[in-house]
Amino acid sequence: MTDTSPSTMTMASAINAGLRAAMERDPKVLLMGEDIGALGGVFRVTDGLHKDFGESRVMDTPLAESGIVGTAIGLAMRDYRSVIEIQFDGFIFPAYDQITTQLAKMHYRSRGNITLPIVIRVPFAGGIGAVEHHSESPEALFAHTAGLRIVSPASPQDAYDMIQQAIACPDPVLFMEPKARYWDKGEVDTSLVLDKLSDADATAALGRARVARTGEDVTLVAYGPTMRIALQAADVAASEGTSVEVIDLRSLSPLDSATVIRSAKKTGRAVVVHEAPTAYGAGAELSARITEEAFFHMEAPVLRVGGFHTPYPASKFEHDYLPSLDRVLDAIDRVMTH
Amino acid sequence: MDAQGPLSDEGLVQLLTHTGERVEHDTYSAYAADLTADDLRAFWRDMTLVRAFDDEATSLQRQGELGLWVQSWGQEAAQIGSGHVLRGDDFAFPSYREHGVAFTRDVDLPSILKIFRGLEHGAWVPSEHNFHLYTLVIGAHTLHATGYAMGLDRDGLTGTGDPDRDSAVICYFGDGATSQGDVAEALTFASVNNAPVVFFCQNNQFAISESTTRQSKVALADRGKGVGIPSVRVDGNDVIASYAVTQWAMQHARSGQGPVFVEAFTYRMGAHTTSDDPTRYRSKADEEYWAERDPISRLRTHLEAIGELSEEYQAEVAAAAKALAARTREAVRSWVRPPVLDMFDHVYAEPHATVEAERAWFERYDNSFTEAGAH
Ligand SMILES: Cc1ncc(C[n+]2csc(CCOP(=O)(O)OP(=O)(O)O)c2C)c(N)n1
Repeated sequence: MTDTSPSTMTMASAINAGLRAAMERDPKVLLMGEDIGALGGVFRVTDGLHKDFGESRVMDTPLAESGIVGTAIGLAMRDYRSVIEIQFDGFIFPAYDQITTQLAKMHYRSRGNITLPIVIRVPFAGGIGAVEHHSESPEALFAHTAGLRIVSPASPQDAYDMIQQAIACPDPVLFMEPKARYWDKGEVDTSLVLDKLSDADATAALGRARVARTGEDVTLVAYGPTMRIALQAADVAASEGTSVEVIDLRSLSPLDSATVIRSAKKTGRAVVVHEAPTAYGAGAELSARITEEAFFHMEAPVLRVGGFHTPYPASKFEHDYLPSLDRVLDAIDRVMTH
Repeated sequence: MDAQGPLSDEGLVQLLTHTGERVEHDTYSAYAADLTADDLRAFWRDMTLVRAFDDEATSLQRQGELGLWVQSWGQEAAQIGSGHVLRGDDFAFPSYREHGVAFTRDVDLPSILKIFRGLEHGAWVPSEHNFHLYTLVIGAHTLHATGYAMGLDRDGLTGTGDPDRDSAVICYFGDGATSQGDVAEALTFASVNNAPVVFFCQNNQFAISESTTRQSKVALADRGKGVGIPSVRVDGNDVIASYAVTQWAMQHARSGQGPVFVEAFTYRMGAHTTSDDPTRYRSKADEEYWAERDPISRLRTHLEAIGELSEEYQAEVAAAAKALAARTREAVRSWVRPPVLDMFDHVYAEPHATVEAERAWFERYDNSFTEAGAH
């Protein structure tokens, strides 16, 4: 019997614990990726799993992302549930073809006869001073593709719950892990997820946004890597007399518009913050939906704070490229004074 | 070593044993025949300088001056040996560990560290050195090298009948890279187009933590054979053999006979990068075995044995190594980040409305702090 009393964990160890729980529950769950075995992954998220579950369930694959995703599809047709680790965001692209033309569409083109319960874990986003291709936020590229679910946890508890919900989900899920938050600690109650998984609504739960902090004046929407700054901004704004409601989207596809719209109608102002470039990003989608569904409740245009339409710059520039606390506060000011 | 498959030493061309004795090879001795004692000393000097630079960069990373460093430690012979074959008009495509090759292409070694200090993505002008930028996406550049070679061929720069005028391309990549689809495609394109490109695979036995045995059941050189590309395995810790085999390969490509696959069998003596911890996946014994096969001390033993390495010369090289390390340290510490607006430059060759608007917004936003006295 594993001890399920709440304990303090980093996000990395919470994902590890979630993977372990899923592997213990279901012998068909396999891990695939580069350096996930003896090394435990470059972020150590799979630490110890190779030792405990063996090579046949924790596979150090050849260095070929397209190969990993493509073979996971075939394995899924034999009822194996692969959880893939892509080493860094920028290295998912060799698999882009398999993900978008095959993984995303198989259920549709087989008229529902084939399900592909594959999870692709992607350490993503920046702020760690890394070299090129190690700090990117490509989520919108995938959110634009029907057939994929895209989620991103922002806390150890969510990481623990959501990874198991993602594995239980019959659809392919891109599980975007904010790598700069891997070492942040939080309380994790490891008993919760068992109930949620026995519930037929596990997938529905995975797609729900969460009001992380209630407020009256502005709705601030974030997910994964920018949740921390959103909560900080809400604190600072509160000290200056502005009450900010913070929504943790958790899922980009599906997008829980109902939760966002409800909040926007209440506050009449909305700011969206993400690290991904704003052009054609999640913020653009949210802004459109708010405009379509809550136009007459809005006091100001929806503002976006995010990355720019440039490649991710060399790391000495990332502090300026990424949405900062100041930039979020500036946007809050602008919607307040509109 | 009792290794098999891709880690066996079967068929490795060797001209200098690990104890420093010259040996002959039916085919390849001829391609090292022009090497004088001066050349060998220069190889030794270059390898020594590159390692000194490598060591300095490692300590700069440890001191927080660099975000990351990727050592070439142990691979100097494969890089310096092959790099010395290249002529001005040849073009090299590196991955990210080819500091030795960079040196032979006259890239100022300290400038490489701009990448690892987070100042730039590419720190030299490729056309000035006929040396492409480092590519971090594994294997992607093997296709670029192939296309460049196809271009050389179209331009009539190979197989001219005058060996002095011919040129070719060399492309460096690792054992792990051979698993990528891009690399398989590069071999196919090179083969069917008879492109003048030498695929130079440094099998350093690891792709981060994964042994080459995770990538292949057979020798990596067999990848070339599978698509009809002549392939050779060479002892990559033997600078003379690395030179000779590359000399043969480049002559083959330049003369219009098409691509070649060279597998240089070597050992990554350091960690994958300064972020890596090799104690998790390999043994001390293995590291010690390969330390005894160190490429630099091997050549040094040979030069001393034949009486061609004077104390004076050694002192000269030691001083040059020290000076290079000092210059590297000074350079790194002197660099300041370019102005912030530079991050909007060169996204496109012509103005682009979105970039211009965002640059203008950022400038106003950034200035608002100065005006408000907030900074
Ligand atoms: C497409 C892609 N996937 C994953 C990575 C992460 N990664 C960086 S280096 C490396 C191993 C490369 O091994 P190898 O090709 O043998 O070259 P070496 O580093 O040993 O010189 C990996 C997996 C990457 N850079 N690009």
